[in-house]
Amino acid sequence: MKKSTTLIALMFFSLPAASSAPPKNTCITCHAALGGDLAKPAEQFEVDVHHQAGLSCADCHGGDANDEAMSAMSPAKGFRSAPKKNQIPDLCARCHSDAAYMHRFNPQLRVDQLSQYLTSVHGKRLKQGDNKVAACVDCHGVHNILPASDARSPVCPSNVAATCAHCHADAAYMKGYDIPTNQFALYEKSAHAQALAGGDTSAPTCSTCHGNHGATPPGVSSVANVCGTCHVMNEQLFDKSPHQAAFAKMGLPGCVQCHSNHEIVRPTDAWVGSGPQSVCTACHAPGDKGYIASQAMSDDLTHLNSSLARAEEVLNVAERDGMEVSGPKVELADANEALVKARVDVHTFDQTTVRKLTDSGTEIAAKSYQAGLAALRERDFRRKGLGIALIAIVLAISGLYLKIRQMESGNKA
Amino acid sequence: MSETTDPTPRGSIQPSRRWVNLLLGSGVVASIISFLYPALRYIIPPPVAESASRFVVAAKVGELKNGSGKIFKFGSEPALLVHLADGSYRAFSAVCTHLSCTVQYRSDLREIWCACHNGLYDLEGRNISGPPPRPLMVYEVHIQGEDVVVTRNA
Amino acid sequence: MATHHRIRDWLDERFGAGSVEDFLRHKTVPVNRHTLWYYLGGMTLFLFIIQILTGILLLLYYRPTANDAFESVQFIMTQVRFGWLIRSVHSWSANLMIFTAFVHMFSVYFLKAYRKPRELTWISGMLLLFILLGFGFSGYLLPWNTLAFFATKVGTEMAGSVPWIGKWLLVFLRGGQEVTSATLTRFFGFHVAVLPGLATLLLAIHLLLVQHLGMSVPPSVERAAAEGRTSPRSMPFFPNFLLRDIIGWYAALGVLGGLAAIFPWGLGTKADPFAPAPAGIRPEWYFLFMFQTLKYLPPKILFLEGEFAGMLGFGIAAAVWILVPFLDRRIGFGRVTRFFTGLGIFVIGYMVVMSALALR
Repeated sequence: MKKSTTLIALMFFSLPAASSAPPKNTCITCHAALGGDLAKPAEQFEVDVHHQAGLSCADCHGGDANDEAMSAMSPAKGFRSAPKKNQIPDLCARCHSDAAYMHRFNPQLRVDQLSQYLTSVHGKRLKQGDNKVAACVDCHGVHNILPASDARSPVCPSNVAATCAHCHADAAYMKGYDIPTNQFALYEKSAHAQALAGGDTSAPTCSTCHGNHGATPPGVSSVANVCGTCHVMNEQLFDKSPHQAAFAKMGLPGCVQCHSNHEIVRPTDAWVGSGPQSVCTACHAPGDKGYIASQAMSDDLTHLNSSLARAEEVLNVAERDGMEVSGPKVELADANEALVKARVDVHTFDQTTVRKLTDSGTEIAAKSYQAGLAALRERDFRRKGLGIALIAIVLAISGLYLKIRQMESGNKA
Repeated sequence: MSETTDPTPRGSIQPSRRWVNLLLGSGVVASIISFLYPALRYIIPPPVAESASRFVVAAKVGELKNGSGKIFKFGSEPALLVHLADGSYRAFSAVCTHLSCTVQYRSDLREIWCACHNGLYDLEGRNISGPPPRPLMVYEVHIQGEDVVVTRNA
Repeated sequence: MATHHRIRDWLDERFGAGSVEDFLRHKTVPVNRHTLWYYLGGMTLFLFIIQILTGILLLLYYRPTANDAFESVQFIMTQVRFGWLIRSVHSWSANLMIFTAFVHMFSVYFLKAYRKPRELTWISGMLLLFILLGFGFSGYLLPWNTLAFFATKVGTEMAGSVPWIGKWLLVFLRGGQEVTSATLTRFFGFHVAVLPGLATLLLAIHLLLVQHLGMSVPPSVERAAAEGRTSPRSMPFFPNFLLRDIIGWYAALGVLGGLAAIFPWGLGTKADPFAPAPAGIRPEWYFLFMFQTLKYLPPKILFLEGEFAGMLGFGIAAAVWILVPFLDRRIGFGRVTRFFTGLGIFVIGYMVVMSALALR
């Protein structure tokens, strides 16, 4: 404890220096000159957010940053070299859990990371002596720590999955733990990963569902709540559906049962019904109520889909041939929205609800189809009209030509 | 004018004057009709007398309770009319700026909500939570007699 | 007495129209291997009349405000009976008319028809060409779609680079600093009132001169006739040349109808001033060569700003071109000045190459 008091005392003393002239940092000067591995921390520290805030090596490692001799690193001056793995969370928390202290640098930063971490699987195992688990520096970096909003930071949302995968996808490293190592590979295939890569920062990554400091997989009974924070409609409908109670009774993990947890791909209409890709037939046997309902929903969705496709095709042909069909096309968008909503309503697992939507969508699609046909008829009318006018023009031109010939041969004679 | 059969150069058949006049006359008349017919049909106004205007009667006064909203069609897109608790009306484009789902008014939250990804807008149309990157377009509302009229600036 | 003779005499007593009729009966057109070019002036005039007629019809439904313009054109294209035809003919005929105007101008140039005594015909014709370009530029904005909005933005920016009066000219054209609804109103006024008025005036001058001076005979033909190698032939304007003219006009109508029915003029999307400009914005094809030239100019030429120098250059070139009848002094009876022929070929080549580069 004494050493830590010295450390804190040193930090408080060095703070005024930090707020005025750039503090002398002999640690950096010496280590940079050493080259190789010993120089790496010095080079990395340039971009570190703590360095930007005016802190020096001594603020974590103790010692004297003003001393140019090796005595800078004497234990008498409070020096502690690289902390052991199980000491790291406490070392970081010395500042990061001190609300009053953090307030001077960034009032918005949370100060509960340590308490969250201690609830996580990583934190619990570290306390039990497992040094292989992640602690602060494993995710945030050591000497080149950047804010999470910086795209270079390993904890920036676009990089989080790769950071977790550093350990969790390494089969050799994870040997002995009883969990799979394919999550990252599966996640990469997911629609969420693609959305995130496409710039949609609202798309989830590992920490979104598992938490970041309190990283724990959501339990079987609560995974639907997690999905439901974004997919509100689907979760609400599912909760009111017969599946909710049934899954709970069987200990099945809600959404994950059909949609998977990491390899969450875009569902298709083939997921309902009785085809090879159907998720319903995993439980429902032919002839039972669920099977019939899923078949009905599948039929309705397919029907709406094909009506939409038919209408779109005829409108595209009309447009390509020069007809103005922006009006019907916009109305077709309503039918598309009906399809989107119908697919959401599949989560009621009630075919009448789905049918209501598909019926309205099909009606709109049929109207648009008729509009498209009308456009094609108009196109044909125009071409016929053009033909007639051209015939009249050709007649007139031939008449003129012959008249001229007649007049002028008469003149010549 | 007497019928003449002119001496034919190079042996080609020279139609008589009358046939040429007939051909010319009918061709000219037919072509003029094919030009005049469309022009005359054009100047007769079509059944829908005006192009889609930029103002819409969104609702009748008294139709919407205080603290509720209504989706209506504005031009070719959905729009949202909100009747606030203090009696005033607000109108917005109902097309969410995230991925174009149709938003709705949530009287419990007293905010505008998008069901697709939980986006939220305040009653000025500003995007305040969730994925929407931009505010909703705000329309003008006027009361004209019994009508709540929504218009849009250029 | 036949009815039409009665009517003619009645009008003659009041208008003195008989002299006009006599004149028309005696008007002749030279016949030589260049006669084909003589049809172009009439063709341009015919297309101009088509523009007036279809334009008047469009006026019955068009609304010139930013709020309504696009919708009213959409209405014409989709709801009004044959509205698609009137509008597409108007748009296609505009382009065809400008094209024939250019060809007419260049044919006059190369056939040296601008030489004395036809200098004023040339000048009034050049001014008419500029007015036609103004028609094209102002009309293009009227549907208020994205392409037109940004093309107008670019075009009026170019106007802002005109030496000395540029800034004022830009504000005058736009009705403000930016392209807004005010610009649309203004362009509409130019398009249906100001430019037609000016065009009518210049057209009257141009046509009067052509009637009074007769059709020019190219120097080569003049020389051949003077040297006795050929005899000067001509045909009466009425009815021989006119009937041929009408064949051409009918053919033009057929082409316009075909274009309107098979390649209707597009509508695009309504202009949104706050949206970013789509890629590849450029003005209409007849301005492309100027647009491309300005792109190639360096930011500074000597002590002048690049675009300023470019517009100055175009201004000087236009002035030279208009004054060609006075500059080409050595063109006299039968003699051709190779320099000006070469200059003409260079100008055409330049315009074609620059336009092609702009389209890439």
